[in-house]
Amino acid sequence: MIVDLGIIAAKALLVLFMVLNLAGVLGWIERKGSALIQDRIGANRASVFGFAGLGLVNTLIADPIKFLTKEDFVPPGGDKLLHTLAPCLALFPPLVTFAVIPFGDVLMVGDRAINLQVANLNVGILYIFAMASLSVYGIVIGAWASDNKFALLGGVRGSAQMISYEIAMGLSIMGVLMVYGTLDLQEIARAQGSLLWGWLPVWGIFLQPVGFLLFFTAAIAETKRIPFDVPEAESELVAGYHVEYSGGKFLMFFAGEFAEIVTVAGITTTLFFGGWQVPFLMRDGFHFPWGGTLLLPHLAVVILQVGAFTLKVVFFCWLQILIRWSLPRFRYDQVMRLGWKMLLPLALANVAVTAVLIVGLQKVL
Amino acid sequence: MTGAEVLFFVLAALSTASSLLVIFQRNVVRSAMALVLTLFLIAVLFLTLEAPMVGVLQILVYAGAIMVLFLFVIMLLSPTLLERRQRFWWRFGSLTVFILLLEFVFLVSSTSRRGTQTASLSASFGSPELLAQTLFTEFVLPFEIASVLLLVAIIGAVVLAKREA
Repeated sequence: MIVDLGIIAAKALLVLFMVLNLAGVLGWIERKGSALIQDRIGANRASVFGFAGLGLVNTLIADPIKFLTKEDFVPPGGDKLLHTLAPCLALFPPLVTFAVIPFGDVLMVGDRAINLQVANLNVGILYIFAMASLSVYGIVIGAWASDNKFALLGGVRGSAQMISYEIAMGLSIMGVLMVYGTLDLQEIARAQGSLLWGWLPVWGIFLQPVGFLLFFTAAIAETKRIPFDVPEAESELVAGYHVEYSGGKFLMFFAGEFAEIVTVAGITTTLFFGGWQVPFLMRDGFHFPWGGTLLLPHLAVVILQVGAFTLKVVFFCWLQILIRWSLPRFRYDQVMRLGWKMLLPLALANVAVTAVLIVGLQKVL
Repeated sequence: MTGAEVLFFVLAALSTASSLLVIFQRNVVRSAMALVLTLFLIAVLFLTLEAPMVGVLQILVYAGAIMVLFLFVIMLLSPTLLERRQRFWWRFGSLTVFILLLEFVFLVSSTSRRGTQTASLSASFGSPELLAQTLFTEFVLPFEIASVLLLVAIIGAVVLAKREA
């Protein structure tokens, strides 16, 4: 009993620690990466004794110190309680979403099997969407409590955008659920380990390429980053919903955005890129389709799986940063048109085609 | 008391407190946020009752979608404080609450006299498979009627919005 509780607590803390730290590192990677893309040098001022070589470490320490020592300002006409609550509401959903994302298969310690997933819900995907739907409140409440017209416009834009893209996002993964036949994310990750025609792993990307493109587009729109950052739009709304935020509260909005990037990367990996699966790696080692086998001890297999999951997540974080610094911003009506008139019909068509294919293949086989 | 009972009483107390906050809070946005908290806590109660599907749908539909639209309207109309409630409605409300309370007491006392009936849950209780199976076989007609009703509502909303513009 106590041991079980301890294991659950350890898993929860580990995941929280990893997500928060990856979010912090991403703050630095985004600055350096944008500099790389725009042919600049980028963050190089946070040096210790004139040594800026450890830019990552220095920035990671300097950033929080800078934010936390700044004045925390609440507009006189604003609502102090809700103004404080909003950044918490923005940071909470992306952090708890990771609870249902499996980061490895089963780890055997003695005769105790530890499922490498914080919470094993049989409705895991619905839980993710439930938490995503709660992340609207951070923006809406922050915007309203700021008593600022720019902020309010950003909040109204943000809530309309997020509700619209939630629908497209929900429909875009319907195909994945139909193919694997479960809402449980660990089951989906396991199902992606089998092989098609003896050599192709049945990852979501191979079975649902259109679903992946639709989901990734809608998910980027949910994180409210360029090209979908109309709620912020600094050239129109100064900074939109968080224009009246400074210091630690702004840091929480900032961290929430990066935590959302990590979560989106985690969901994309789990649904479309095999989760913790390494191609041809079974529970006892590699079984190559060309005939060779390489048996590995259990611990090595688990480490490879967790490593593969981490690598995939980092890759998709980087892809999102690349997209953010490569594309211009949509106009607001374009964002709405893309969501309702392009993504939604395409997602519906994807569901219909997938259904026909599944039924057809069942009839044939 | 078992751990589950402690959890239930904590959640029940919190959700009662937050729902009281909904009606006693004068600030409309704070009142709406208290309602979101109430719905969220009730969803957690569903989770503890082995019904994760209902709990998650509660958050997804009520806390995540309907309440956002409430807030949307509040923000667009921006009423800061509600006016003092009129005496008639205050009396009407108190009377309704009193009657409902009597009914509730009667209900609780009559069930406890009969004794509680318990049966163990089937393993698939509350699972999405079971729900979908019941919905699409036994209750497929009501399901379709409800979806047509929603479609009518959507078309009606579009027609109204077009006329305004």
